[in-house]
Amino acid sequence: MSSTAEITARCQALFEDLNFSAARAWKAKAPGRKVIGFLPVYVPLEMIHAAGCLPLGIFGGGDQMEVIHGDAYYQSYICRIPRSTIELGVTGRLDFVDGMIFPFVCDVIRNLSGIWKMMFPNVWSKFFDTPQNFDPSIGGTYYVQELQELREGLETLTGRKISDDDIRRSIKLYNENRRLVREVYAFRAREPWRAPTSEVYLLMRAGLMMEVEEHNQMLRDYLDAAAREDRPKRDNVRVAIYGSFCEQPPLNLIKSVEMAGCYVVEDDYALVNRFLTEDVPTDGDPLEALALAYLKYSVETSCKYVPKEEDKGRFHVEAVRKCGAEGVIYATPSFCDPALLDRPMITHRLADAGIPYIAFKYAENSGQMQPIREQAGTFADSLKLWS
Amino acid sequence: MSEVIKEKSMLLQKEMIAKNYDAITSKHETGRKVSSTFVPGNLNELLMCFGIVNNLPEINAIQNGMRKVSGNYIMEAEKHGHSEDVCTYVKADIGMMGKGNIAPNGKPFPDPDVLLLSYTGCYTFMKWFELLREQYKCPTLMLHVPYEGDGHSTKNMRDYIVKQLKEVIIPGLEQVSGVKFDIDRLREYLKNSAKAEDGLVWCLEQGKIKPSPIDAYFGGVYYIGPMFTAFRGTPESIVYYDELMKEVQARIDNKQGPVTPDGTPFNDQKYRLVVEGPPNWTNFREFWKMFYDEGAVVVASSYTKVGGMYDLGFRHDPDNPLESLADYCLGCYTNRNLPTRVDILAKYVEEYEADGLLINSIKSCNSFSAGQLMIMKEVEKRTGKPGAFVESDLVDPRYFSAANIKNRLESYFQMIEQKRRGTGKAA
Ligand code: SF4
Ligand code: SF4
Repeated sequence: MSSTAEITARCQALFEDLNFSAARAWKAKAPGRKVIGFLPVYVPLEMIHAAGCLPLGIFGGGDQMEVIHGDAYYQSYICRIPRSTIELGVTGRLDFVDGMIFPFVCDVIRNLSGIWKMMFPNVWSKFFDTPQNFDPSIGGTYYVQELQELREGLETLTGRKISDDDIRRSIKLYNENRRLVREVYAFRAREPWRAPTSEVYLLMRAGLMMEVEEHNQMLRDYLDAAAREDRPKRDNVRVAIYGSFCEQPPLNLIKSVEMAGCYVVEDDYALVNRFLTEDVPTDGDPLEALALAYLKYSVETSCKYVPKEEDKGRFHVEAVRKCGAEGVIYATPSFCDPALLDRPMITHRLADAGIPYIAFKYAENSGQMQPIREQAGTFADSLKLWS
Repeated sequence: MSEVIKEKSMLLQKEMIAKNYDAITSKHETGRKVSSTFVPGNLNELLMCFGIVNNLPEINAIQNGMRKVSGNYIMEAEKHGHSEDVCTYVKADIGMMGKGNIAPNGKPFPDPDVLLLSYTGCYTFMKWFELLREQYKCPTLMLHVPYEGDGHSTKNMRDYIVKQLKEVIIPGLEQVSGVKFDIDRLREYLKNSAKAEDGLVWCLEQGKIKPSPIDAYFGGVYYIGPMFTAFRGTPESIVYYDELMKEVQARIDNKQGPVTPDGTPFNDQKYRLVVEGPPNWTNFREFWKMFYDEGAVVVASSYTKVGGMYDLGFRHDPDNPLESLADYCLGCYTNRNLPTRVDILAKYVEEYEADGLLINSIKSCNSFSAGQLMIMKEVEKRTGKPGAFVESDLVDPRYFSAANIKNRLESYFQMIEQKRRGTGKAA
C-alpha cells in the first residue's frame, strides 16, 4: 500500500525527467512499439492507445531546462512553450518519439506543427483540427472523418490496422481514467487539505507519460492513500484557477498559491484528461462516439468557440459554484492570446455572478514567486474578509 | 510631408471606400443591413447577394493606424482590461468603440446587424468577434475553415465548409436581411470576381520586370484594396483593375518604377526584395521611404496574399459557387502551413529574381509571426540568398522603432552587396 508521499515522489520523478526515460523504457520493452507525443490542449488519446502506441504529453520544458536553441526560433513576444518544445526536439530528448500530434489550440502551436515537419521530416506529425461547429450533422460529420484520417495515419505509422473494437477497448479504459480523475478532483474539492494541488497536479501530469492502465491504478492508489492519511486542515480560502490550459506554470508557482493561503479546488491545468466531461459510449461506431462526446460533453476553454453569447463563461461560473470556490485566479502564460483575449469576457461573467477574481501572468520558467505569493495572499485575505 | 500623389486608380479606390463608409453609416436611413467580417475568408459576393453592406474591422484599424489615432484607442482598450500582449487590431477596434466609434467619414458607425465570423487563418478572429458579440449582442455566424496543416486541403474540409455555408451562413444571412438566397445572383458576382482577379494577378506579376513597375508591398497594399475588402464581385472592381493595369502598363512602356509618396517614379532600383508579413501602418510612409531611399523595391510579398492566393491559379468559379468560396477560404495565405509558406516565398525569391527575403515581424500577429525565424532560415537555405528580420507592430505606434529598423535595413543592403561581390555579380 503506497502513501501519497510515495506516489507523489514517483510522479515528480517522471515529471522532472526531461529525457523521458520511462517512455523510452516502455518503447524498448517490445520491438515495434511506438511513442506518439501530443501537445496541449486536447487529443483523443484513445486513438493513440488503440494503435498500440504510448501517448506522451509534451508540455514544454518547465523551469528546469535551459533553453538555448529554442530562443533562436521565436521572437521575444511569443510564449515559452514552443521554444522549450523545440529545445526538447533539437537536444535529442525526443529522439525516440515516432510521431507528434499538434492539436488546434492557437496559431503558435498550429505553426509549430509546420516547424516540426521541416525540422524532423522523418517523424510522422499531424495537425489535428477539431470542429468549431457543434452540430452533429455538420461539425460531427467533419470530425468523424478527421478521426478516420488520424486512424489511417496511425495505421500507416505502425503497420497495423486499428479495429473498431480496439478503439472501443481504449475508450473504456479512458472512460475509467476520466472517472477516476473526476473522483480525485471531487475528493480535492471536498477535502483539499488531504489532496494538495501540488500533488494532484503531479499525479495528472505523470498520467500523461504512462500507460492509461497504470495510471488508473495509480489514481485508485492515490485516492485510497489520501482518504487514509490524516493531514492538518488550514484556514485557507478555496479558489479555482483558470487560464493555465496550455503552457504550464512552474511547480513552484502551483505550490506558492497554496502556500499563500489558497486551496485550489478546481483548475484547468493540463486539461486533456478532463476535456470530456462524460463517458464516451462504447457501443455503436466508436469514432462517432468520440465525435459526439467532443461536441456535446466537453469543457469550455479558450480554443473552443462558444456559439451562444449567453453561454460564454457559463462553464466557469458553474464549475466554481459546484466545487465551492470562493474566488478565481485567472493565471495565464505571458503572450498567450487565447487566454488573454478570453480574460475580459470570462472575468465579466465572474463579476456578474458575484465571484471575486484576480489575474496574473506567468511563464513556464518564472523564477520569482514572491510577487505571486503576495498577490495570492492578499486575495486570500480579502476573500476571508468578504466571506 | 507632402500629400501622397494620387494616381487615377488610387482616386477611384478612395471614392469606392468613401462610398462604402457612407453606406455603412447611413444604414438607419437606407434600411440596409451591415455585417462585420474579416479580410481572409471574406465572403463579399455572398453578402452582396443579401444586399448586406460589408464593414471590415481590420480595415478600420488600418485606417485608424494611418490616421495616427490607433495608439489612443489601444490604450483605451488596455485601460479596460485588455492585455498589452494581444493583437492590436482587436484593441484598436474595441478602443474605438469606447471613444464614440466614429467612422473615417466623421459619422458614427452603427451597430452591426450580423458578425460574419469567417474563421480563416487566424485564431484571434474567433475571440475578436466573441468580444464584439458581447458588446453588440447581435447574431454571429461562425464559418470554421480548417487549417491546411498537412500542406493541402482535403475533400472533408471542403465539404465541411460548403455544409456550413448551406446550413448556417446562408440561412443566417437570409434571416438577418430578409432576402432569399439566389444562387444565380452569386454566380454573376463570382464572374466579376474572377475577371478582377485576373487583373490583380497580372499587376502583381509585373514585379518580375526590371525595373519593377510596381512595389508589391507598399504599393501592393493599395492594389489589393478593392479585391480584399468590400468590392470583390462588383463591376467597380473590374473598372478599378482595368485602370490599374493601364497605369502599370504605362510604367512598363516607359521603363518606370512605381510612384513613391513623393510623387516621383522610383526608377533607380538597386535591390529587389520579397517581403513576408504585414506592414506597419502607423508609420507607413516613413517605413516605405526607408526602402526607396536606399533603392530597395519590393517585387513580391506574402501580405498581398492574405485575402486570397490568386497568383497560384485560384479563381472564383461561377460554375461551382459554394465550392469555390470554400476553396478560396482554405487557400488564403495564413491558412497554409509553414512548409508551404516557405515554398511560396522561396519561389517568389527565385521567380522574381529577388536579392533575398525580408521579414517584417509583427508583434501582434501570431498567425504570421510564430515561426518566421524558421521561415527565414529555410528560405535562405533554399535560395542561397540572404534574409533579414525587422520587427514592428501593425497599429501600435509604441512598437515602431525607426532607428532600429533603419539600421537593420542598412546592414541588410550591405550584406546583399557583399553577396553580390562574392558571386562576382555587378550591383
Ligand atoms: S501558451 Fe497560449 S499562446 Fe502559447 S501556445 Fe499555448 S495557447 Fe498558444
Ligand atoms: S492576429 Fe494577425 S491575422 Fe489575426 S487579427 Fe491580428 S493581425 Fe490579423
